[in-house]
Amino acid sequence: MGCPENSSWTGCLKDAGRRVFSGGPVYLFFLGLFAALLVAGVAAGIHSVYIVGSRHAYGTTREIPLAMLIATYTFFVITSTGLCLVSSIGHIFGVERFMPIAKRAVLLSVITIMSGFLVIGLELENPLRLAVYLFCSPNFTSNIWWMGVLYAFEVVLLILEFIFLLLDKHKASVAAGLLGILFGIAAISNLGGVFAMLNGREFWYGPYLPIFFIASALLMGCAAVIFFTVLAYRVHREPLDRPMADALATVGKLAGVMLAVNLFFTIWRMVTLAVGGTHELLVRDALVSGPFAFNFWALEVGLGMILPFALILWSAGKRIGPIFLASALVIFSSFFVRLDMVVAGQIVPLYWELGVREYAKLNAYSPTGHEILVVLAGVGLTGAAFLLGEKVFQGFREVEDAGSRFAEVLEDAAQELPSAEKGKVDGSP
Amino acid sequence: MIIKSLDKEKMMKNPEKISEMDRREFLKIGLVITGVFAGGSIVSVASAAEKIFPNGSIAEKYPYRPHYCMVIRVDRCIGCRRCVEGCVAANAVPSYGWRTLVLEREARQAIGQKREFIPVLCNQCNNPPCVRACPVTATYKDPQNGIVMMDNRKCIGCKICLAACPYDARYYNEERGAVDKCDFCFETRLSRGEKSTACQAACPADVRVFGDLSDSQSRVYRLVHQLQKPVWVLKKDTDAKPNIFYTKG
Repeated sequence: MGCPENSSWTGCLKDAGRRVFSGGPVYLFFLGLFAALLVAGVAAGIHSVYIVGSRHAYGTTREIPLAMLIATYTFFVITSTGLCLVSSIGHIFGVERFMPIAKRAVLLSVITIMSGFLVIGLELENPLRLAVYLFCSPNFTSNIWWMGVLYAFEVVLLILEFIFLLLDKHKASVAAGLLGILFGIAAISNLGGVFAMLNGREFWYGPYLPIFFIASALLMGCAAVIFFTVLAYRVHREPLDRPMADALATVGKLAGVMLAVNLFFTIWRMVTLAVGGTHELLVRDALVSGPFAFNFWALEVGLGMILPFALILWSAGKRIGPIFLASALVIFSSFFVRLDMVVAGQIVPLYWELGVREYAKLNAYSPTGHEILVVLAGVGLTGAAFLLGEKVFQGFREVEDAGSRFAEVLEDAAQELPSAEKGKVDGSP
Repeated sequence: MIIKSLDKEKMMKNPEKISEMDRREFLKIGLVITGVFAGGSIVSVASAAEKIFPNGSIAEKYPYRPHYCMVIRVDRCIGCRRCVEGCVAANAVPSYGWRTLVLEREARQAIGQKREFIPVLCNQCNNPPCVRACPVTATYKDPQNGIVMMDNRKCIGCKICLAACPYDARYYNEERGAVDKCDFCFETRLSRGEKSTACQAACPADVRVFGDLSDSQSRVYRLVHQLQKPVWVLKKDTDAKPNIFYTKG
């Protein structure tokens, strides 16, 4: 589709640009900061993989080949699926209180999944081969193959769902959303399966991770909805309106339930590790009192479960401040939950049981500056896209009230495609 | 695990009561025998099977022709690591990677010999976890000889095969732009008419015996199918059904 000077697309993009640039110094500072992180992270990733080689730039080794970038990828895609699930409660399953969060949550779901793809794209040694051989040389027994295909479908469905939501095409958005949920859950449990089906890695092996990832996604979805919605109202410099405050309070209660569920997942995980084989015991010791103890007790359990749960209880399901803080803590902590899960699964040397000199110490991993920058690229993409989305779609409110120009343009385009009634587009403001 | 479903011990006690279904399943052990270990019971299983079935029927069931394998006689290894050097030279293995390694175990409390060397390499598993995990079939089981091969052009560098391999047998080779691993020197020797691997050829103590397990006249066949010495495999619990056997003597 062309974009002549006087077309509605150009006009609406100009409007969006004006809204972005009139966002105020704080807004523009953060937008610039996130954009800078994105650029720096992408540059670091390209430098790592294509110039110096990931062996030199990343902290991964033969012994720990999957590390922070894989953890970050799982962090983003679990968040994405969670957002998709939480958004569906309202606009697909008809729970009124969840309705106000739907559009923002679906857009954030698209943004976070794209951030995950960005990070994994900068982790893979040969991502272009993936684009070719995923289709030309598929391995149907591979979880990664299924995950790739399912997430590809999910992205398309999420984008369609978002467009239909903007156009207020309820049935179409429900259909796309419902399929999105199915693909999302299948994809995320497959992501768990990537680890869970490696029976040489006893900490990962078994049905725990695919199920835990789904529970974890729901928690992350709740946390992300609350966190980004409160920030969105700050971006627009407006107080939360009543329906949104009620929606967030309800999402906060669901977050509380999911926190309890995740807490019990963790408790039973640790209890079963305590009676496992040598590998499981070594991992448990590493988590409880070894090199991962700070991450586990302080970041995962303290900041990620107990404190958020206490804050949600303290909020009495009403006060948004503590619920927001709890959400921020859950998001922050969940990054370390992913990191610990990925790395701890590889710390026990593969020939440990032989008692040989070469495999006598637990494997260690430290992230490099390049890896941290690539993580920040994902954060930058999410942050910048969120801030832009808020301005472009005007906080998702005018769309509902008077109909934004974006929605109108999309609608016109949708009508134009089959009937080729060109005049309609030209005639729109 | 097939051996579990067969209830092996019961079968050994009452071989006359083996049903037709069990009989067929038992024949399949020939396909998976390379993954079975219980302190020498691999030999018992094979030998007992041969008492029940005509000679050679187990060998006929090995899935590849030739069915390449290696028998490592650990007590002969002196830790000179010429095998590692031979491998590096033959396969252009970079300094940051390895295809084969000689591990060293010290037992200070042991009487007499206090040090043992254990050569390790890709186990060319019959049920390879790396092949299952690879999303684009960049690593595959050769249908002719059973060697786990790499198609470097397809490797996306996700390294899930490194995580999947229970034997730490893989690494990412920058120069090749792909994951690299032992291929029993197929590319550099076997495909050019050689009959041995570089590590075997370099070994001064005849530790590594390479050959065709489906050939009842081969050394590897005779080393595996005997009762006198225990034969074992590493990490049998993963059920990868490896083709690297360990024995003594």
